[in-house]
Amino acid sequence: MIADPVDSAAEARASALGAGRVGRLEPAAIAGVISRDVVIFKRYWRSTTFSSVVQPVIYLLAFGLGFGSLVKVVGHMSYVQYVATGVVATAVLFSSTFPGMFNTFIRWQFQRTYDALLAAPVDVEELITAEILWVSLRAGVYGLAPLIVGLAFGLTPEPGMLLVAPIGLATGFGFCAFGVLIAGIAKTIDNFNYITSAVLTPMFLVAGTFFPISRLPAGLRTIAKFNPLYHCVQLVRDVSLQSFQVADLLHLGVLLAFGAVVWRLAIWRMRTRLID
Amino acid sequence: MPGAIELTGVVKRFGEIVAVAGLDLEVPAGVCFGLLGPNGAGKSTTMRLLTAQAIADEGTIRVLGYRLPAESKQARMAMGVVPQLDNLDVELTCRQILGVFSRLYRVPAAERRGAIDRALRIANLEARADTIVKELSGGMRRRLLVARGLIHRPQLVLLDEPTVGLDPQVRQELWSLIDSLRADGVTVLMSTHYIEEAERLADTVAVMSGGRVIAQGTPADLVHTHVGREVLEVYGPAAELSELEQLASSRGWRQRRSGPAIALLGAESLDDAAPQGVRRPANLEDAFVALTGQEIE
Repeated sequence: MIADPVDSAAEARASALGAGRVGRLEPAAIAGVISRDVVIFKRYWRSTTFSSVVQPVIYLLAFGLGFGSLVKVVGHMSYVQYVATGVVATAVLFSSTFPGMFNTFIRWQFQRTYDALLAAPVDVEELITAEILWVSLRAGVYGLAPLIVGLAFGLTPEPGMLLVAPIGLATGFGFCAFGVLIAGIAKTIDNFNYITSAVLTPMFLVAGTFFPISRLPAGLRTIAKFNPLYHCVQLVRDVSLQSFQVADLLHLGVLLAFGAVVWRLAIWRMRTRLID
Repeated sequence: MPGAIELTGVVKRFGEIVAVAGLDLEVPAGVCFGLLGPNGAGKSTTMRLLTAQAIADEGTIRVLGYRLPAESKQARMAMGVVPQLDNLDVELTCRQILGVFSRLYRVPAAERRGAIDRALRIANLEARADTIVKELSGGMRRRLLVARGLIHRPQLVLLDEPTVGLDPQVRQELWSLIDSLRADGVTVLMSTHYIEEAERLADTVAVMSGGRVIAQGTPADLVHTHVGREVLEVYGPAAELSELEQLASSRGWRQRRSGPAIALLGAESLDDAAPQGVRRPANLEDAFVALTGQEIE
């Protein structure tokens, strides 16, 4: 039952590289961690999908039908178009930040799953990246739900809507990483209430989802522009309505930069918590 | 041949607490090595240092020739870990869990099914392959933890308190499993605070106390060196026993309290002044108490 001798070429390469870790972010390690997520998802996809899709669809219906009876148009688009494209970001936010916070905390603190995974040849960097990637893949798909519902209420299908999934993925990556970062900082699971009330709720309301941020007082408007979700909303709206602008590159850049920064912060924070 | 595990002067602190205090340890390849010590001796921290889930403040650690923590991932590739605390995914089946870990341990796709079946067979869980963990008994869960650590045919297996909290019959099952590992040439490092477990399984025992190894050898060596061949247990009323304690100290006899009795160590060399009592062969527990001054389960 003895394993094959360790690959001597790999060993030589390792020593040639000196102390440095060999194979950072190895696809095999990331795939291994994601394979666990997939098995769990196969078991729980109903409840996961329900909670990720139903809430934004309720917002869409409540605002689109209710508020939409008062407000017919926003700028050059109908209110249904406005809200259906805006709520994509809401769906992405909730289906990425919540798993980022709760799954991380539960798996790490209560189930000790991360202890088990880190005893295998997986680094914290790979573990956290894999978890975030999986959640953001899901979020990219869940983000399509409001659009699909919107189609039934007069939203016109456009080829640009195909880009919504990758935009959702990029946005979800950042917000899931944000959730992981919060999980790494939180003392107890109750701490998440502060984030939900004080950060997530204002974030999704003041992102141009239901009303344009241009209607806000100047100070708030400036703050809103630092909200990554605002950039997701703008980008999704522009691609879905085929009204691309140069500003969209800026929106994309903000989302990618946000994702990259929070990703590194989440890894850094979780490493200090997971490794004694 | 280099040791499978080599620790030199390893120190690990948690704030004010020094969990591992200058630990030197060499585990040769192919043996079952027992780390015996009371709770808080630093055994679990040592285990975590070996997977780089804890990083030493001082000293050097080599596992299977790899320097830790820098090359810990390569070391973990060839090493299986069975943790003290059950960290199985309770909603998954045995087969699903082994599937995930076969990927994590880079078992090639074509060999995964075979590896999973083999691990299920070793752990005697074939009949429960598709049962979710929540529905398994405590003993089965522990066997699954072992199977999970063996999925990739590791050269080295770390077992942290492998039978803690299990009933005696289940403990026997796990012992034969661990025995079979050694028979297959796998190096086993096992931490335990059960004397009997160390005595029964370990080729070499290192007694840990206060974060370092205070004695090391085969169980028989440890007993002979630190206790002698025989122990004389003297029972009697409390007053007589305290008299005996005084007598023993004045004569320089080594002694310890053993439940309701006073045990005189190295009884084979006691002179004629020795009291009447029950003579029995010295055991590892006597050695352990003599070394650490602590009673143990």
